[in-house]
Amino acid sequence: MTTIAELPPGFADKVLSAQSTFRSVMDAMARPGSVRRIVPTSGAPHTMRRGTAAIALTLFDHDTPLWLDARMSESTDVTKWLKFHTGAPVVQDSSIASFALISDGAALPSLERFALGTSEYPDRSTTLILQVDSLDSGRSFDLSGPGIDGVATLQASIKPFDLFERLRVNETLFPRGIDVVLVADDAVVAIPRTTRVVNKGS
Amino acid sequence: MNAPAYNFAYLDEQTKRMIRRAILKAIAIPGYQVPFASREMPMPYGWGTGGVQVTAAILGPQDVLKVIDQGSDDTTNAISIRKFFAKTAGVATTTATIDATVIQTRHRIPETALHANQVLVYQVPIPEPLRFLEPRETETRRMHALAEYGLMHVKLYEDIARFGHIATAYAYPVKVNARYVMDPSPTPKFDNPKMDNCPALQLFGAGREKRIYAIPPYTQVVSLDFEDHPFEPYRFNAPCALCAAENSYLDEIVTDDKGGRMFVCSDTDYCEGRQAAGHHGSLSAAPYKDKAGSHG
Repeated sequence: MTTIAELPPGFADKVLSAQSTFRSVMDAMARPGSVRRIVPTSGAPHTMRRGTAAIALTLFDHDTPLWLDARMSESTDVTKWLKFHTGAPVVQDSSIASFALISDGAALPSLERFALGTSEYPDRSTTLILQVDSLDSGRSFDLSGPGIDGVATLQASIKPFDLFERLRVNETLFPRGIDVVLVADDAVVAIPRTTRVVNKGS
Repeated sequence: MNAPAYNFAYLDEQTKRMIRRAILKAIAIPGYQVPFASREMPMPYGWGTGGVQVTAAILGPQDVLKVIDQGSDDTTNAISIRKFFAKTAGVATTTATIDATVIQTRHRIPETALHANQVLVYQVPIPEPLRFLEPRETETRRMHALAEYGLMHVKLYEDIARFGHIATAYAYPVKVNARYVMDPSPTPKFDNPKMDNCPALQLFGAGREKRIYAIPPYTQVVSLDFEDHPFEPYRFNAPCALCAAENSYLDEIVTDDKGGRMFVCSDTDYCEGRQAAGHHGSLSAAPYKDKAGSHG
């Protein structure tokens, strides 16, 4: 039983650390495929990467329902830490979540189970925060779309292996869709709903 | 009890989180207007409350801020917003476009090409390009959902029928990433081509109307037009009277009560930079830092 006093700490400087983390995420979202570093450090519960914890402290609050995958929600440390530091409600219904935290990508549910937004309000969608093994080695993916000058190449080791195949629903759904933030330790890469894979290497 | 009682960059952290989430959605859906819970700011609506909230949500201690109003760094609105952030966030400020990391603008895009490490924040009075054609929000929202933009083309066509050309000179509608029709804010249409494939991130904030929207870098932005009436940026057919620039947007300045006038660059930083580099127009005073004074 972890008491509040034993929970890992949040940011040392809430204001400037949140600002710095946000700029990394904003730059990542504006330039899909590019790897951004999250500089500020905070404590993080065991199943949560540093980057995920920083994003949680920066973007989550009582207005953002969260959905946690099985590995995250099994950990009382994660739920207690999120509740204490962000106050965000954890929901069982993934279709009403603002954010979904995925620690075990291989068990990622079908994307249709998350909020995809509506035609009138495509912004009312779930943003996936997906923890991956690596964002500097692994398969290479050539990406194109808004924010990319020509083609951007991402080298990443991602589970589920078919993530980009699944994200092709964004092509038909647009402007509805799912935005994904990939996190490996302190590195983040964003794949907004406008990004397309033009070529996959090995 | 006179200690400053506001947070870094004025806004409280909960408000910044809300605005930051809206900015991320806006970048993910280029040209779509994301509703946000706009706050009251210590300045009246119409003075850039939307742009100020976006700037406050992104600004950090390492940023260098430039603020322009109609291209000028020296007007009341620009100076007061620049001082606001110098005081509440302690950030460095500049008038040089090239040195800035965040540029907040009212109704102009700088003449100097923007680069990838910059964010351009627009102050937007009325974000909905269809608002003057259809006053009901429920209807304009549906028109955006269906990408039903025929009404806008009818409006441009009526311009041609009445005036022989598309008479819209500012807030000229654009289509972003081949999907959403967007109001570029009341910038002169001269600036529209600069939005296309721009290396910098462009963010738009409308405080009174409570909307944030964005154009990611390197995104296609097309000014609406017709094949037989293609879009043409408008410009006075004269060089700047101070720096002789022939490719900048000009302001008309009345110089006396006898009809005297001069045309000068609206972008003061660009104009001063050119004068410092030795370019002189027909009405420039003693050559800038040049004692020889032989130029006309």
